[in-house]
Parts: sequence; structure tokens; C-alpha cells
Amino acid sequence: MSIKHHLTEGLIMGYSAGTLPEAFNLVIATHVSLCDECRALVESYDALGGAMLDTGATATMGSGALDATLALIAAADAETADAPCRDNAPRASGVFPAPLRDYVGGDLDAVKWRPAGGGVKQALLSTSKDATVRLIQIPAGAKVPDHGHQGTELTLVLQGAFRDETARFGRGDIEVADEELQHTPVAEEGETCICLAATDAPLKFKDLLPRMAQPFLRI
Amino acid sequence: MTTVNTEDPDWVACMHKIRAMRDQAAFVELFQHFAPRVKSFLLRSGASETLAEECTQEVMATVWRKAQLFDPARASVSTWIFTIARNRKIDALRKQRRPEPEDLPWGPEAEPDQADAMALQQETEKLGKAIAALPPKQRDLIERAYFGDLSHSEIAEQTGLPLGTIKSRIRLALDRLRHEMK
Ligand SMILES: [Zn+2]
Repeated sequence: MSIKHHLTEGLIMGYSAGTLPEAFNLVIATHVSLCDECRALVESYDALGGAMLDTGATATMGSGALDATLALIAAADAETADAPCRDNAPRASGVFPAPLRDYVGGDLDAVKWRPAGGGVKQALLSTSKDATVRLIQIPAGAKVPDHGHQGTELTLVLQGAFRDETARFGRGDIEVADEELQHTPVAEEGETCICLAATDAPLKFKDLLPRMAQPFLRI
Repeated sequence: MTTVNTEDPDWVACMHKIRAMRDQAAFVELFQHFAPRVKSFLLRSGASETLAEECTQEVMATVWRKAQLFDPARASVSTWIFTIARNRKIDALRKQRRPEPEDLPWGPEAEPDQADAMALQQETEKLGKAIAALPPKQRDLIERAYFGDLSHSEIAEQTGLPLGTIKSRIRLALDRLRHEMK
């Protein structure tokens, strides 16, 4: 796989520190599933977190803490599912990497698409409310509605490709857009383009959808 | 407030004893070093005393239960415990799910390469020393990024720390894992 567009180090550090909205974490985890460059960088920032932990301050544990922990271990009912490695085992085939499949409840064929106008379809995924994430399906050759951004927007290509004024984005590529970027992505001919996009602010569509409708559509 | 350990016990060996022999003495040693640090991390992340205590115990119990997932070619023990504590923080304090990347394909006998493991552990040690040598202001910024709730737009892109060498070590380990599966 030849991924050309990667995460920024700021996003990787935020993902490692655990301070990003869930919607961003999902896009990042999905990109990292496809990209060993960024995976290595995420794990490097984890190493930084570990070193900060190791050289950092301490707090006094309660007097019975060790015994209580050993009792927890003995009880061994695997109730707390918080280990860094869940059973995110890769599957033989499919369009969606494991973290995205978790949120969709299956692969591409399990997505409940809703029309968003101009042949574009979308599906919102449920995350915490500080940001939103959705799947977008753009017919080959079609324009994604022209929009500016408030806040940060991450767009990860999962199938097909799109081009905008700056570059071409294929499977695994991620575009990190900030408020300055005003662009008109166009899906490449040949294959329907599927993207996973997260934003921490509502998108400002110029013409496709009236702005007033946005709160209801939760775009 | 900052303590630098010049002579850390061999935590990787401790993990190995836990993994291979369910060695409780090794776990106690690990607990005594890491539990107070995990608790301090949770307190600074905004947990109450009770919640921090409870979560720390759960984190340490997870260290025991998931010991077989620890891979010394990709992480030091403090790194690994940090990721468990961070996930607990997101779950308990921020009430969010934590999407994790898809696991790499594991071979039937995915024993980490000894030389890889050694090299990574050495790099991590160097990172610890580099952090200790940081000017207080810069250390404070990184601390807030990891332990406070500095928002992502406030996080500086450059830490000025030698993460490049660690990254290439991890990259090697990842390549090896991918290769073994082919
Ligand atoms: Zn990448």
C-alpha cells in the first residue's frame, strides 16, 4: 500500500495522550490500522507517555491497595475491558479495518446510508458529542459539495479516491483540513469513493444544503 | 516532585516472570513502583481520590491478566502500563470508548526478537534521560499534554525529544511481524 498523506504529529500526540474527541480517535485508529508509519509514531508517543509516567510524580496508595488488587486478580472475571489490545484481530478481507467495523457493526454492506443530495450518501456513526464522524459515499466522478471548515476536519479514504486542488487521496490517505482550507474534492472516475470523515465543528456547506437545516441533519 | 530512577529494576524480566510463571513477587515489585505513578496520573487527569485509587487497582490487575500481550520489541513496561492507564482514564473519566488500531497479524509463535527488544529498551531508557534533562518549562508542557487536558490544538507538534530513533526501532519490529506472516 502506498499511503502518501499521513496524520500530523499533533494529532498523534493527542491520540496517544487520550485527549482527542472519540470521533477523531476512530479516524486515527482506522488510519493507523492501514499505516505502519503512523503506527510506529503512535507507539513512539506512547513511549513518551510511558517515560513521563515513569519519571513523574507519585501518589500514596491506600493501605489495602495491593491486597485489593490481588483479590481482583484472583476473582479474574474479565469484567474490565480496558486493555490496550482488544481482540481487534484482522480479517481476511473487507473494506473496513477492525476499529471501524466495531462502530458500524459490520463491513461496508452493513452501513445504513442516507441520501445527502447530489448522489452523495452518508451515515453518521455514534460517538461522544464533542465531535462527529460519518461515512460518506461519493459516486465516481461526482463533486463533494463545496464547503469550508470550522475547526478541524479529518477525511480518510477507504475505497476509490478523490482529488482536490491540493492533491490526490487514495485508500489509506488522510486529509487534515483546518479553517483555512476551502476546497472542492472530486471523486475519481471508476469507483465509488468511500470516506470516513470527522469534524469538531459543523461543516459549512455552500450550496447543497441550506445552512438552517444543519442542526436537524447533524452534519 | 520529580523522581528519576537511576537504577530501575529490570521490568521486562518482571513481566516475563509474571507471564511465564504467574510470579506474584514480581508483580508486587511492579505494583510498588507503578501503582503510585498511575494513581498520580489519574489524579492529575481529574479523577477523585476514590476513583483514582479504584482505577489504579484495575489497571494493575489488567497488567497481570494481559501480561501475555506485552511485547518488549515494541514497548517498555512503563509504556505499556501507560497505555492501559490512559485507556482506563478515557473510559472512566471521559466516558468514551477508545477505538484501537487493528492488531497486527500474529504468527503462531510470535516470540519477540531478543535483539529488537534489547535495542528498544535501551532507546526508551535514553528517552527517560532526555526527559529528565529537559528545561522545566518544556517538561511542564509535555506533562500537561499527557496528564492535564491540554486540547489537541494547544499541543505543540515538536517536543524536541529523540523520538525518531524509537520510531525506527518500532518500525523494524512491525516489519518483522508483518514479514513472519508471509
Ligand atoms: Zn500514516
